[in-house]
Amino acid sequence: MALNRRDFLKLATVDGAVGAAAAGSTMLAADTASAQLLQRPPRPMPEEAVGLLYDSTLCIGCRACQVACKRANGMPIDIPETYEAWNGGTWDTPTDLSGDTLTVIQVYQDGTMEVKDRETDGFAFIKRQCMHCTDASCISVCPVSAMTKDPVTGVVTHHPDRCIGCRYCVLACPFGVPRYEFDNPFGQIQKCQLCTNVPDRDIPACADVCPTGATLYGRTTDLQQEAERRLGMAPGETYRFPRGALGDDRASHEAPIAHYQSAVYGEQILGGTQVRMLAGVPFADLGMPHDVPDYSYASITEGIQHTLYKYFIAPAVLLAGLVYFAYKNARSHRPEDWD
Amino acid sequence: MAKQSDQVHAPVGGRLFTPMFFGLGLLVLVAGFFLFNRFVFGLGSVTNLSDGYPWGIWIAIDLVVGTALGCAGYAVALLVYILNRGEYHPLVRPALLASLFGYALGGAAVMIDLGRYWQGYNMFLPWLSQYNSVMLETALCIAAYITVLMVEFSPVFLERLGMKNIRRRLDKVLFIFIGLGVLLPTMHQSSMGTILVVLGHQLSPLWQTQLLPLLFLTSALFMGFAIVVFEAVLASVGFRRPMEAFILNKLSTVMAWLLLGFVVVRIADLLFRGDIVLAFRANLDALMFWVEIALHVTALVLLWPRRIPASPRRMFLSASTMLAAGAVYRINCYLVGYHPGDGWNYFPSVGEIMVTVGIFALEIMLYLVFVKRLPVLHTVDRAYREEHAAQAREGGAAAVGQAT
Ligand code: SF4
Ligand code: SF4
Repeated sequence: MALNRRDFLKLATVDGAVGAAAAGSTMLAADTASAQLLQRPPRPMPEEAVGLLYDSTLCIGCRACQVACKRANGMPIDIPETYEAWNGGTWDTPTDLSGDTLTVIQVYQDGTMEVKDRETDGFAFIKRQCMHCTDASCISVCPVSAMTKDPVTGVVTHHPDRCIGCRYCVLACPFGVPRYEFDNPFGQIQKCQLCTNVPDRDIPACADVCPTGATLYGRTTDLQQEAERRLGMAPGETYRFPRGALGDDRASHEAPIAHYQSAVYGEQILGGTQVRMLAGVPFADLGMPHDVPDYSYASITEGIQHTLYKYFIAPAVLLAGLVYFAYKNARSHRPEDWD
Repeated sequence: MAKQSDQVHAPVGGRLFTPMFFGLGLLVLVAGFFLFNRFVFGLGSVTNLSDGYPWGIWIAIDLVVGTALGCAGYAVALLVYILNRGEYHPLVRPALLASLFGYALGGAAVMIDLGRYWQGYNMFLPWLSQYNSVMLETALCIAAYITVLMVEFSPVFLERLGMKNIRRRLDKVLFIFIGLGVLLPTMHQSSMGTILVVLGHQLSPLWQTQLLPLLFLTSALFMGFAIVVFEAVLASVGFRRPMEAFILNKLSTVMAWLLLGFVVVRIADLLFRGDIVLAFRANLDALMFWVEIALHVTALVLLWPRRIPASPRRMFLSASTMLAAGAVYRINCYLVGYHPGDGWNYFPSVGEIMVTVGIFALEIMLYLVFVKRLPVLHTVDRAYREEHAAQAREGGAAAVGQAT
């Protein structure tokens, strides 16, 4: 390890033809040895953060959430090109998020698709929408503060009046959430804002209409406890699944506990998300990022930037040096008759 | 040394409206047609961009490769003014000109690509600035650098217009702009690498590394030098001028070291992380990785310092290979290695390609107009030729002396 690292430093020095580059490279090269070196500390989740708990095993694929979302956000129907042959144009059949679709139910299918929530010869549903990341990439990359996080609820919202349409958030979001309206000459970015943008809504439309409680709204810490309670029970045991929002007074949905994957998705992944998920099949099958670090990518980028540009000291020193040499050397290149 | 600067540089002269000029103009018109569509019907009507590949060749080539080609001014200013290698001075003005166009047109490509360009000025409003954004830093740096380039290049206009007073006053403060002209590219060229770090697992480990800023900076430098050589050779052939062969040969040594550094760091990083195994799979990533490495190594072999000064043909070949190497590296990072997930794919549309071609055509057109009408290139007078012939002889002898 140590040897490698030293070699690295040497190599980096060879490479740094410019003094500044050499300094920067030494830091960066050293960094490869320990991924933590140029990382800024993780962002904590706000205490009152809210989100959703999506339990794939409860989801019956009715897509009521999808329809309610469209209605709440006043968005048009969405028909993929491949469906146009048989879909005359009245049925909303999105297969993915898009500029017209903020949440979508997708399905995993394998073999004979006999049993729900089974990996082989089974099927399972997954709801896609913004995960409302604790340490969100979209916020970190946006040059003009068009993505912001509510300091109390932690909901990540988008501000089209600020957005310049660079689509860096589209590129960077690890969950593929923000979408741009490419067909509109004045297109904008679209993403779920947990209905904070919808007037007179206290809970998101999707959670409101979900008949089984598969999509449940609440404080993220409470949702996490709820999820852990389900994980702690034996498969087959009967449980009264809350519906709508955690703690509200609607009738619960009684059903047996399914065979869950062992962890709550979203607790740690990429710095944590305020939307949490449970499923019976691996999240990799459901098309969610897996095998990814527990820290957010934003913490790495910002770590690099903050090290190189802390208080703007390094650039200022570099500039001073450059200006000095330029002054000294430009003089000697200057035709004499101008002095 | 000549007494007055306007005797050192002179317009090349000659006809402006050559068949080549009209050919290039046609390409620009075609690009204009597609741009019209882009603004009237939206990005989707002209490009193959999607939510999986929200950035296409207008970013990867026009901006990321284009500004690297525009690093000629950066690289030469670094040599001449910071490392005080006065012998490279004849290269400064043509290099600055190439930079000015490379950057201005890269910036124009961004404006075309912005989905909400009419709000583009938001980037310059401090109360909206999001200082964690690498893109903000990059964009502001590029905008500032275009301004600096204009100032650095303005003596050319002032000389042409005979405005000696302003020219003289400007000269007194020019060193500040020269300093900025080296600082800003150092910042934004490395940041163009940092921009990709946040992509995490979406960028193949063959390219994803925290060394991206260093690698991008190094590639910007050697591409900057390569374009200087490229341009000098073309100018000497195109305008039938003697070539600054001696200078260019010395430059090759600098480039060789930079290139070597790049390749060593690149490979060592992959070995160190263990991700080199990905290069031995049968897929596009692996193929493009080897193309990239092969181009770098070929350029290195062509460049490697030798006793006899390289022929213009060889210099041109090595410079072109280097440019190709850097361009492929950048395209790999921004497009090939990016994997947004199943079901997405991207290949540029005819419209996208034609706009890119049009932008480069416009660059060449402007370059031709400028060197023919403004004092950009060094004058080729007898004294100059003799001086350089002598230098070349001495230099050649010195080189042989060093080698033995
Ligand atoms: S899921 Fe994507 S869009 Fe939503 S907060 Fe996280 S990074 Fe932003
Ligand atoms: S597209 Fe808009 S919201 Fe997204 S990063 Fe760019 S400016 Fe920010």
